Amino acid sequence: MDVSGLSLVTVVLFLPLVGFGILLFMNESTQRQAIKWTAFGFTIATLLGAVLLWSQFDPSNPGLQFVQRNDWLPTFGVSYYVGIDGISLILVLLTVFIMPLSVLASHVSHIFEERGREKLYYMFMLMLEWSMIGVFVIQDLIVFYVFWEVTLVPMYFLIGIWGGENRVYAALKFFLYTMAGSILMLLAILYVGSQAGTFALPEITAAVQSGDLVFPFGGLLSPQSFLFLGFFIAFAIKVPVWPLHSWLPDAHVQAPTAGSVILAGVLLKMGTYGFVRFCLPMFPEASVGWAPVVATLGVIGIIYGAWVSYAQTDFKKLVAYSSVSHLGFVVVGIFALNAQGLQGATIQMVNHGISTGGLFLMVGMLYERRHTKALDAFGGIWKALPLFGAISLVITLSSMGLPGLNGFVGEFVILLGTLGSSTLGFGFALFATLGVILAAVYLLYMFQKIYLGELDKEENKNLPPLAWQEIAVLVPVLVLIFWIGVQPAVWFNMLDASTSTVVAAVNPFLQQVAHIVPAVAMLP
Amino acid sequence: MQSLALIAPLIILLPSLGTIINFFWGPKLNERFSSLIGITASASTFVVWLVLFSYLNGNYYQPAIVDLPILDGWIRIPSVGLEIPWQQRIDTLSVTMMGFVTFVGTLIHIYASGYMHGDPRYARFFAYLNMFLAFMLILVSGNNLLMLFVGWEGVGLCSYLLVGFWFDKKHGVGLKNSNAARKAFVANRIGDFGMLMAIFLAFWTFGTLDLYKPTEVTNPHMMEALASGGGHGEEGAAPANGAAEEGGHGEEAPAGEEGAGDHTGSAAQLVSLASDLPIDQEGDHGEAAAEDHGESASEGHAGPVIAYTDNTHLTFSQLGIFAQAERLAQLGEGETLERGDGTTAGRMINFGAFELDIDTVITLITLFMLLGATGKSAQIPLFVWLPDAMAGPTPVSALIHAATMVTAGVYMMVRANSLFHLAEFSSLVVTIIGVLTALSAGYVAMGQFDIKKVLAYSTVSQLGFMVAAVGVGAYGAAMFHMITHAFFKALLFLGSGSVIHGVEHGHHHAHEHKHDDHGHDEHHAETFDPQDMRNMGGLRRKMPITYATYLIGTLALAGLYPFAGFWSKDEILADSWVAAIQDGKFAGFVALGLFVAAALTAFYMWRQIEMVFHGSPRTEAAEQASESVWSMTVPLVILAVLSLLGGFLNIPSGIGLFSFGLQGVFGEHTLSTWLEYSVVHLHVGAFQPLIAIVSLVLAVAAIILANRIYGSNKAINSEGLDPLEANPASRPIFALSNARLYWDEIYGRLFITPFNRTAAFLANVVDMAFLHDYFHDSVITKGFNGIGRLLSHPIDLGIIDGAVNGIGRLTRWISGGLRRTQAGYVRVYAVALLIGVVAVIVFMLLPVLQG
Repeated sequence: MDVSGLSLVTVVLFLPLVGFGILLFMNESTQRQAIKWTAFGFTIATLLGAVLLWSQFDPSNPGLQFVQRNDWLPTFGVSYYVGIDGISLILVLLTVFIMPLSVLASHVSHIFEERGREKLYYMFMLMLEWSMIGVFVIQDLIVFYVFWEVTLVPMYFLIGIWGGENRVYAALKFFLYTMAGSILMLLAILYVGSQAGTFALPEITAAVQSGDLVFPFGGLLSPQSFLFLGFFIAFAIKVPVWPLHSWLPDAHVQAPTAGSVILAGVLLKMGTYGFVRFCLPMFPEASVGWAPVVATLGVIGIIYGAWVSYAQTDFKKLVAYSSVSHLGFVVVGIFALNAQGLQGATIQMVNHGISTGGLFLMVGMLYERRHTKALDAFGGIWKALPLFGAISLVITLSSMGLPGLNGFVGEFVILLGTLGSSTLGFGFALFATLGVILAAVYLLYMFQKIYLGELDKEENKNLPPLAWQEIAVLVPVLVLIFWIGVQPAVWFNMLDASTSTVVAAVNPFLQQVAHIVPAVAMLP
Repeated sequence: MQSLALIAPLIILLPSLGTIINFFWGPKLNERFSSLIGITASASTFVVWLVLFSYLNGNYYQPAIVDLPILDGWIRIPSVGLEIPWQQRIDTLSVTMMGFVTFVGTLIHIYASGYMHGDPRYARFFAYLNMFLAFMLILVSGNNLLMLFVGWEGVGLCSYLLVGFWFDKKHGVGLKNSNAARKAFVANRIGDFGMLMAIFLAFWTFGTLDLYKPTEVTNPHMMEALASGGGHGEEGAAPANGAAEEGGHGEEAPAGEEGAGDHTGSAAQLVSLASDLPIDQEGDHGEAAAEDHGESASEGHAGPVIAYTDNTHLTFSQLGIFAQAERLAQLGEGETLERGDGTTAGRMINFGAFELDIDTVITLITLFMLLGATGKSAQIPLFVWLPDAMAGPTPVSALIHAATMVTAGVYMMVRANSLFHLAEFSSLVVTIIGVLTALSAGYVAMGQFDIKKVLAYSTVSQLGFMVAAVGVGAYGAAMFHMITHAFFKALLFLGSGSVIHGVEHGHHHAHEHKHDDHGHDEHHAETFDPQDMRNMGGLRRKMPITYATYLIGTLALAGLYPFAGFWSKDEILADSWVAAIQDGKFAGFVALGLFVAAALTAFYMWRQIEMVFHGSPRTEAAEQASESVWSMTVPLVILAVLSLLGGFLNIPSGIGLFSFGLQGVFGEHTLSTWLEYSVVHLHVGAFQPLIAIVSLVLAVAAIILANRIYGSNKAINSEGLDPLEANPASRPIFALSNARLYWDEIYGRLFITPFNRTAAFLANVVDMAFLHDYFHDSVITKGFNGIGRLLSHPIDLGIIDGAVNGIGRLTRWISGGLRRTQAGYVRVYAVALLIGVVAVIVFMLLPVLQG
């Protein structure tokens, strides 16, 4: 077992926890400003650390970089094992990008006037950042599982303490749902570990590929499929894949703004990341076999999420359901099992984090001003807040996938991959692409209800303009929307080698499994 | 000379700059400065166009491909060879489009500077107009399908913003405007869905989305010269250069009157370019081609077209999608060709999960493209958005919804002429859609009272002409009609804007209302609609310039000799006739339905002239109307001149009676010959005197009929009814037209209501009642609680509780916020987790810190 020195990844990972520790010893009543800025400072420091990581990252290397491995429970083959490839890096970058925005957006929030406990709030934010980064960089199944579960705790409290009217119900539901799924994953992890003799993911996948480690596969209901499903269900709840999404609207609607932003921006990506990192390389045959089924759920999610979104009367709920639709694209892209699909899906994870994060920020800013999220309460807001209206339009269009903005790049590459996929094909591409129409239907409806029309309600006529903190939160979102939209090459480049590895792991089984599993998708 | 093409990106960057300035600083600028920025940005694109135009003329129409500077490509996945650059294509087709877009665009900017006076978002309006230009120019100049799509959706966005420009008007008008904007965007998105599917299929078929590769020679005349002169390129070089410098190519005509016959650069001149290109082709058929060329050059008419397939020195993967399609379609059963990267391609295209024959693929691609075109170019079944889009300010209707954006679908299909040429079935569908649209929209235009609605349906109808032309393979005629239509329809819309303006001011004057800052198109008084033709009449004397120009526009649209519409409409009809009679194409017979549409056109336009300008004023407002300001009338005059002269762009050969020596001045087939350098399947049709006479007779008859019905002050009877409405015999026909064939109502019943109901059902019943309330709250929660109770007694009370009590203080600290919930097990959970977390942290940190 190789033991290496301190990796930069470890530094980035534990920086938020250091902040957590410092906040612990600060005085809530006398150091209010200091607490806020310390929390912000640590998220910025983590961001800088991750950028440093990026600058030293070699995109042409398909393997893990910045690896650090230390024995932890050698008897059980458990180790502290971190390292990143392109997929991990891009999601870490997403996390460290979203966090400072969430913290800064919280600075101007009024929730503390009612609920107080500002220090605890920021502590949970930092703890959340730590655990989310952990999920994306840990390469040991057991430790991964621990981080996976730990993310629940701060989010649970963020919703449960600083949430809306029905916060406890939502928090509990969020918790139970995710917990329930994770238990199956834990069982699968234990089984895989016992078979492999180690919990180190790179070793397990290497053994699977060399044929040293065989999980027998003989159809959709065989041992490998059960292991696949053990992981899959846990991840699918997190994503959430239709029909396991019913916790999401509750959690989103009740969560405070920053909570929603992080939930949509990062937490949901843990599920889709899990598919790519664990399901595909460890269970390639089952992935191929199940791909049409999973992608069908994805396509249903795209259409269903959009359709239900259109019927909402609550701004936040509308955005929440839009996540179901957007992540449907990601799921379809991943299970297209080709480079286009996977890269598009990974880019789309980032895009969704930015656009939907942006949409939730918009909801939050309106809520701060009007204390309602009902679509009917607004109308003509563009006239009342011209700058905010223009920014909101860009974010809405980004979510709609307007070419030239970020959302389009991901969606396009995903759908391109879907049509040329060996597992999916024409029908999947056709129905998934319908989502492009539906996105316009519900997002333009939303935009019209809130921003267009006559400014006829008295309460809306004298809204305070954006504070500088709010502008500072929105500008980086806009920058990334345009950057990824016009010049995504650098991001694809980051992913290319890493996704090729994943595709190579699945590729040998694409033909083989077709004989075992009658693929529903083979029809044009 | 090549370097001149490098300024092409400016044509996109300049209007973008205008957008940025007016967007960010506009609110601080005064009107004059804002409009100056907007107009300058627009005019500068026209200057760039002039340079590109003379570049092509000075370079034997050799196309150029230009990368956008600064940007490093766009979407790129090296491991699978996916590469989509930001790249422009400068060839005769794209430059033709740029020509009328920038020219008409600039005129409309000038017009808008007067029309929008007093609007609170004046600068914003110019920012949007500039943005529209930028996207439109991306659309027409993009060298790959995806960049075309960027422009495609971008102009859709601008249309959305501009239709909904007055989103905040009072009395529900703002709501109506923003509904119209949304409808336009959504209808276009349905079309975009088709475009996307076409793009996906094209990518997996051809492995690229590039329309043309830089290595490819797509200029047929160039090919002929290369083939004949491959050997003596060295000798040819010196005189050729001299000639190129002397020959003052490209008379810089203002309206895209592409220089007549100045492509007569002889084969010898072209030879000089041959040495630059790798040719391994011997001049076997080259001799004949050169002879042909010699003749055709002296006639100013093209010889036989040599298709892309002549790029024999290039491998498959060095070709763009069109050339690849032509090669694949020529393969026999089981034949394959080398891609050039070690792999081979055959007729069967493998998409991973399925395989299709190349013919099927091309049919699918073209049908999906057609769906895209029906959205953008307002054809059945997606045209319903265009009439509503008239909610936008009138300059927008003229620029976007008449002259430029709506022609994008036709442009796209002409650009893809190689594909449509190969897909006979798709072409037939295209024709049927075009003809049906032309007929039904023409019929509906007959029964409208809103001056802009008549023009809107007229636009839909005329676009139907162009689409039908594409269907019968008359690509040149489609482009020709697109250009002349841009002139006279922009003229008519701007004229209608002038009328509305005049009547509105007359209305204010008559009622001495306080001037409303919002300006125009506002239905401020419920009882008075300045766009309703029933409120007009007799404006001829009040607005003489508007009247004269409007009349010219009407005659041009009706297709009267010698106005622009005569030539372009006639070319479509003549080409359809030839396709039907000589080639026996079914599509050709279908296209003959356009004769009826042409007659309808003349009828509804003359009805409008009678209602608006002739007779005596029917309202106080019309009585008091006055002529518009110069910034509005000058563009009208310029466009009127072009509506008169525009048809001479493409005078057919052998026009006999209709000649009057026009060809001597304007040349023959000028536009077709010029377009032939990039539209490979363009064929130049001969003049059909019979067709011309029939269509003229029809148009004149329709005008006379309209005059008999609506003339002599009978346009609207004393009860405010149309004469056709008043007469019981014609009432049903009129009513159906007036009700717009119930298209919107049918769509509402068939699609929109079911869609909304399904949405409500999914959201309220499936998602909330079933999944959320029943499935989660009953099944999962109860099940979970059951298991929990089972586990809690031995495990929870025994072990966990003890631990909890031990660290009770910590418990209170965390759970304080949750205390009022009284949900006991929440606390237990929270604490258990917290303990776990702390333990994990400690556990993990220890070895890390040690190691």
